[in-house]
Amino acid sequence: MTKSGEKYTKRVDGRGFKDVRPMSAKVGIVKRADGSAMFKIGDTVAYAAVYGPRELHPKFMQDPSTGVLRCSYAMMPFSGHGSRVRPGTSRRAKEISMIMANALMPVLDLKMYANSVVDVFVSLPQTDAGTRCAGICAASMALADAGFEMKDMVAAVSVGVADKTVLADINAHEDCDIGASDIPVAMLPQSGKISLLQLDGVVSKEKLSEALDLAKELCTKISEVQRNALKEKYSSGVSQ
Amino acid sequence: MINSESVVASDNSGAVGSLLVKDHDVVVPGQVLANGLEFLPSYGSYRDGDSIIASVLGLLELRGKVLRIIPLAGKYFPKAGDKIIARVIDILMTGWRVEFGSAYSGVLNLKEATSRFVERDEDLTKILGIGDFIVAGITNVTSQNLVDITTRGQGLGPLRGGRIITVGTSKVPRIIGKEGSMVKLLRDSTGCNITVGQNGWIWIDGSPDAEIKMVGAIVEIENNAHVSGLTDHIQKFLEGLR
Repeated sequence: MTKSGEKYTKRVDGRGFKDVRPMSAKVGIVKRADGSAMFKIGDTVAYAAVYGPRELHPKFMQDPSTGVLRCSYAMMPFSGHGSRVRPGTSRRAKEISMIMANALMPVLDLKMYANSVVDVFVSLPQTDAGTRCAGICAASMALADAGFEMKDMVAAVSVGVADKTVLADINAHEDCDIGASDIPVAMLPQSGKISLLQLDGVVSKEKLSEALDLAKELCTKISEVQRNALKEKYSSGVSQ
Repeated sequence: MINSESVVASDNSGAVGSLLVKDHDVVVPGQVLANGLEFLPSYGSYRDGDSIIASVLGLLELRGKVLRIIPLAGKYFPKAGDKIIARVIDILMTGWRVEFGSAYSGVLNLKEATSRFVERDEDLTKILGIGDFIVAGITNVTSQNLVDITTRGQGLGPLRGGRIITVGTSKVPRIIGKEGSMVKLLRDSTGCNITVGQNGWIWIDGSPDAEIKMVGAIVEIENNAHVSGLTDHIQKFLEGLR
């Protein structure tokens, strides 16, 4: 059942239950950054800029055995709905910054960058749920654009379950008003390994595994968009 | 996923592999480049079971059965033997600390900077001050990436006049060209002196007009670094400016 106790038979934006919102991506949007990317899914827009490897300050955070990945997630004050409309950082932003770093770390190898840091700044000028996933997608492209060695890209999507129906890429209406369970998943599309799995809500074992299968399918599609955007940057040029 | 034009043999007996990309293709991390055990991964790619997978954004270079990727981006990583352009950021007890657009800074020891006798309490800024640019050679890089540099050697030393511009370190081979052909072209057709550091910092010195021409040409190279036949294009570009 949904929050209001009604059956969920049709999605508010007319999508099929297994359809993602329209996606677009662009690489190299921040000129002065070492790598950058934009990832848009529906009305959620994430910008990511990568700086580094560079000297890590404060110095006590330095690790002599490896480089450090530091993510920063920020919803812009005018971007969202309700209680999240607030400038500056929050407990939620801090947590998402951490899980983003955890989701990206499995594909990176920073061993050769002892004592240094790789900074990833993610900003969302417009949000409609699925922000951490859009942020991870953008950050992954930005890291590739910055020239880091990566085992794979990281693609992420938020799937949900409302009224026993598995939903792809839920929007804010479904997340907040319908009360769908929210399951953000980040995946390494090449190997199918999962690097982020969160669950907010109640879901049966069967529905969870159904949702994960759907997430895997969607991440493959998303990684296609990411790859094309990276190649797009180098498709233009004279006499090729 | 990836369109395969060739046939993939998946049986275990005498498997015939397949190549899924062409020479000089732009490849992205996680992209499957080839299937089959006869292919060999080199820089920028790795083997996972039967497949060779790209691990860096770059141009594929195919040498027989060896798949190598030339990166299209990335920060400079110090390597012993490299000639770099660096900027003095601090004065130490017996030398200078310099930066060169990398995650790590370098140390220029006094004895690597000058051959003359320096008094115990002499002011080191007489030799090099903060903000001065130098052409230096990297003599040593430790496992923790402590970098020693020298300015003793041919073509090394402090830079006076001119200006510094920066490009990505992955673009440096294109700016130098095959056996220095691009640098020669740039120097001859602009009449402007140029020194290219491996770190992507470039010193140019000439008349204001020549410098502007040079900067334009370097930006053109930077934007088309992934294109083949670049020297010809830049030649035409420079003729167009005349």
